[in-house]
Amino acid sequence: MVKWLDGQKNSNGIVVSSRIRLARNLEESYFPQKMDDKDAEKVIEQVKNAVINSNSVLSKDLDFFKVSNIDLLNRDILVEKHIISNGLLEKPEKSALLLSKDEKISIMINEEDHIRLQVLNPGLSLEDSWDLCSKIDDILEENLKYAFDERLGYITSCPTNVGTGLRASVMVHLPALVLTKYINKVLQAVSQVGLTVRGLYGEGSDVMGNLFQISNQTTLGETEEEIIKKLKNIVIQIVQKEVAAREKILSANRIHVEDKIFRSLGILQSSRVITSKEAMNLISNVRMGIDMDIISNIDMTTINNLIIATQPANIQKYAGKELSSLERDIKRAELIREKLNS
Amino acid sequence: MICEECGKNPSTVHLTKIINGKVSKMHLCQECAKKHKNFDFDSSFSIHNFLTGLLDNTNDGKLSIEHVEKYKCEKCGMTYGRFRQTGRIGCSNCYNSFREKLVPLLKRIHGHDNHIGKVPKKAGGVIRIRKEIEALRTRLDEAVRKEEFESAVKLRDKIRELQKTVETK
Repeated sequence: MVKWLDGQKNSNGIVVSSRIRLARNLEESYFPQKMDDKDAEKVIEQVKNAVINSNSVLSKDLDFFKVSNIDLLNRDILVEKHIISNGLLEKPEKSALLLSKDEKISIMINEEDHIRLQVLNPGLSLEDSWDLCSKIDDILEENLKYAFDERLGYITSCPTNVGTGLRASVMVHLPALVLTKYINKVLQAVSQVGLTVRGLYGEGSDVMGNLFQISNQTTLGETEEEIIKKLKNIVIQIVQKEVAAREKILSANRIHVEDKIFRSLGILQSSRVITSKEAMNLISNVRMGIDMDIISNIDMTTINNLIIATQPANIQKYAGKELSSLERDIKRAELIREKLNS
Repeated sequence: MICEECGKNPSTVHLTKIINGKVSKMHLCQECAKKHKNFDFDSSFSIHNFLTGLLDNTNDGKLSIEHVEKYKCEKCGMTYGRFRQTGRIGCSNCYNSFREKLVPLLKRIHGHDNHIGKVPKKAGGVIRIRKEIEALRTRLDEAVRKEEFESAVKLRDKIRELQKTVETK
């Protein structure tokens, strides 16, 4: 069960999840782009031992996997669930993963940096995620010597991460802003204040299902708390804009909004062949419907899980075998019917 | 048109070279074209290319070949030229080796070149105090400038005290 997909009863559903990622490197070892198999193995052992030998709950909660021992389908599933990045899969024989049972904490070893520590939570919970991430960072540091420069901060492979090594990001669902075409103005403003916006699957990915990831662009010259506070502040404003846009479309055209939402649900509950793109758009409408109390018999967690469960690798896992594109679309329709008609 | 080199696949790459006014043409397929070093096919445009473009653009004058080769990290052997290609460094020491070039780059990317966030606990004790001394010095200068000598004396004493702790560590 993926923790970050839990629907939040008490907050609105506009913010799907919050993520904190820290990039760290070991002082002694060559960085991933320079390392040979032996260097890589040594770093993997050091990081693994730093967790296992720590006197913390972490040592029991995290499971260790070498990427080369994870089968190809499961590697893609981990990417689709946002637990690892594609970068970790580039050199499977040199990289490894530590993952908590609830999949909330993950530590990628030898991705672009020696360590990429991530905490992923449902809803808007940047501060809590940062607290946890920073504590885990302290535990790791007890047994590892980090590359740190007095002036430049934490040293990373790529200059864009130097300093705090922190990337804080929030996934938001903004269907009404897209519908009313305000979204471009919002995104423009966001980039002007030093934040970036990307699609569901990060750099270079398309925006699907009206889901956007907003994150800090720079990592040097501000404290972690300042970076997080700024991001949170902007996200709260975007949420308010989305709420306002929803009220606007409802008061202007309630029956048509309801019609669109229920038609979307109808298609999802009865289709026999459905592409990932169509599914994402319809799921987005239904998700908005749940959030606006127009649909009440389907819960947010179910619909959140569908976002990930309908991705290509997850569909193949569900089917238990490799599928052609058409077979996937058929299985996807079957899975959605099963989840939404029970 | 069929590829001139393998004579099998249809040619999709057409190269026209003009050297000293002499024109020569080549028609190749994708595969054969890849074998020719003078074109760069798979150079996907990434953040790293972008970054390294920033490196030399606005810096002190032109970048000569010697320049590229002069800068080499003594720990991992990474050359500055290679860093420019990949946008990624090879080890923690590269930042010392290429500092002169990297600090202006960082300033361009982040708008700052000074870390003020978290400091590792273990290595951090001394660094944290030094950062505090730095901040106090700025305040001291400010106090002297404003002729607030009473607070200047307090700041000076505080700085001395902190310096002693650094020395004993």
